[in-house]
Amino acid sequence: MSMNSRKASEAPARRNASVPRTRQKISPMAKAEQRAGFTLISPTLIIVFVMIVLPILWTIMLAFQQIRLLNLRTAGIFGNYTVSNFTEVFSSPGFIEALVTTLIYSVAGTGLAILFGLIAALALRKPFRGRTFVRAATLIPYVAPIVAVTFVWTTMLNPQFGIINHWGTEYLGWDQAVPFLSERQREVTFLGLTFTVPTALLTVIAFEAWRSFPFAFLFLTARLQAVPASLDEAARVDGATPTQRFRHILLPQLLPTIAVLSVLRFIWTFNSFDDIYLLTGGGAGTEVVAVRVYNFLTARGDIGAASAQALVLAAILAVLVGVYLKFFAKKEEVG
Amino acid sequence: MSTETQTRRERSASTRRPWSRDRVETLILTWLRWIIIALILIVTLFPFYYMLILSVRPISSLLQNPGALWISATEFSIDTYTSVLQSPSDGGQGFLIFMRNSALVALGTVFVTLLLAIPGSYAISRLQFFGRNKISALFLAVYLFPSILLAIPLFVFFTRIGLRGELLGLLLVYVAQVVPVSIYMLRNYFETIPTSLEEAAAIDGASRFAIMRRISLPLAMPAIISNALYIFMIAWNEFLFALLFLVESRENWTVSLGLSQLAGSIEIPTTVLMAGSVILTLPIIIIFFAAERLLTEGLTAGAEKG
Repeated sequence: MSMNSRKASEAPARRNASVPRTRQKISPMAKAEQRAGFTLISPTLIIVFVMIVLPILWTIMLAFQQIRLLNLRTAGIFGNYTVSNFTEVFSSPGFIEALVTTLIYSVAGTGLAILFGLIAALALRKPFRGRTFVRAATLIPYVAPIVAVTFVWTTMLNPQFGIINHWGTEYLGWDQAVPFLSERQREVTFLGLTFTVPTALLTVIAFEAWRSFPFAFLFLTARLQAVPASLDEAARVDGATPTQRFRHILLPQLLPTIAVLSVLRFIWTFNSFDDIYLLTGGGAGTEVVAVRVYNFLTARGDIGAASAQALVLAAILAVLVGVYLKFFAKKEEVG
Repeated sequence: MSTETQTRRERSASTRRPWSRDRVETLILTWLRWIIIALILIVTLFPFYYMLILSVRPISSLLQNPGALWISATEFSIDTYTSVLQSPSDGGQGFLIFMRNSALVALGTVFVTLLLAIPGSYAISRLQFFGRNKISALFLAVYLFPSILLAIPLFVFFTRIGLRGELLGLLLVYVAQVVPVSIYMLRNYFETIPTSLEEAAAIDGASRFAIMRRISLPLAMPAIISNALYIFMIAWNEFLFALLFLVESRENWTVSLGLSQLAGSIEIPTTVLMAGSVILTLPIIIIFFAAERLLTEGLTAGAEKG
């Protein structure tokens, strides 16, 4: 997306217009339209270029330099390039673990959010009194400020005065309060079997599902409204039961939307920083890569290592999404 | 595979037996549906209800009775709100100043973004020019890009030019982040407006600028308003860049940053900070309920494109 190449290709077009008998003749009106188009879009292009494209390119350069916040002023653009950041990052303890945590968190968070969104969309499909209110209420967790909702969650889950632990110990027979956000793992006995569960990780996944199921709900509701009623009626006349109608009529209609949702939600959860930083600060086995990058940047001031990790995160994301889109695009063509 | 034969069998069975699979399923699902609706309401609204009742209780009554779901008249106090709003020199937390900062940044972001996005989206939807599709693709990529990757160079860059700690720097970052989304949403709307009106005006001799101002802009007003509200919500809620840029200058903190920074402190009672959460959440809830239909349409505008 360089500015030069576009100008260069505009110039021959102008020359062509004055000479007849060329391959592509461009009328004066089309030329004026070209110019107007550029004029209107260029302020946006400039700000996106300066604030986003250049910084990304710079991150790539930073990742190959030994730069810390302390020696920032003396380091030049043409410093010594090295891959030591990457070797350091991959050999440092915790990076692979953070990657695995990120992957578990995004897959589970995305899956649960879509599942709950689907259940909510189906439950609110038929009209009833007050449906508009319930629909609007459903969206609140998604639009409310992240800092406010994480603060309420941490208060609710607080071991001393949180309402969840109070109810748990009072009515559900818990032996003691559960430190949901600061405990790495605990033994849980269920049906006579004992499991070890990662408490804090499960809690942040539950939060993620709560926070983003409205997004899935919104998309799936929009798609459900577009499903022709005749399909459902035809199946009903043929004697299909409700679950059969869902499995064979609705679900195939919803699958493309679910696929798009999975990609979008996965990308956002994979990159997300706010939720985990605000809930646990990355402690108790919930350190995802984005939080780790932030800690390297601010606590250690190690810009090079932070950039290298952010790049690895982006590269893995690009590969995963690329593979998925390729697979998905092919399926679309066939269908 | 064998569904067809299966359903046929089912149908003949349903005419014979009163407790057919169809009836049982319908009965269960009818009940399940109401249970789920009740659950949805509890799960989505309870945290906000909890936020509200905690914000009007003194901390001592919370510690005495953490399980209370309502407030008695003797407990009720709005001291938490005065305490959280007052400036630090008067012994408060200074949320009034944070609110002013958040409002400045959010309104500024809305204004600058629309100034860029309205002409930009008009150009992309209406004018043929070289590289148009590539620009759209670039914007989509920007939209999906990890913001943590962007955070590093911007942090370094703003540290170097001394714009860190300033609201202006934050505003610029927000504009760059939301302008592509904004253009995308507005472009989708422009494409639903028929061009015939604009063509008629062009035949009547109106200039391109006059067409934009007199015809296209009024037609796109609903989309522009919902877009403005959407941008306001993003900028008001944003946390990561506020944290990176402003954390060292308390007088410039936004409400989000202020709440997150004070949440860790032991001296400030939780109920006072709950009042802060209500202050942070309330503008968003008001905007959302006032313009719910507009906003949900805007959010799903991209969905059908698939």
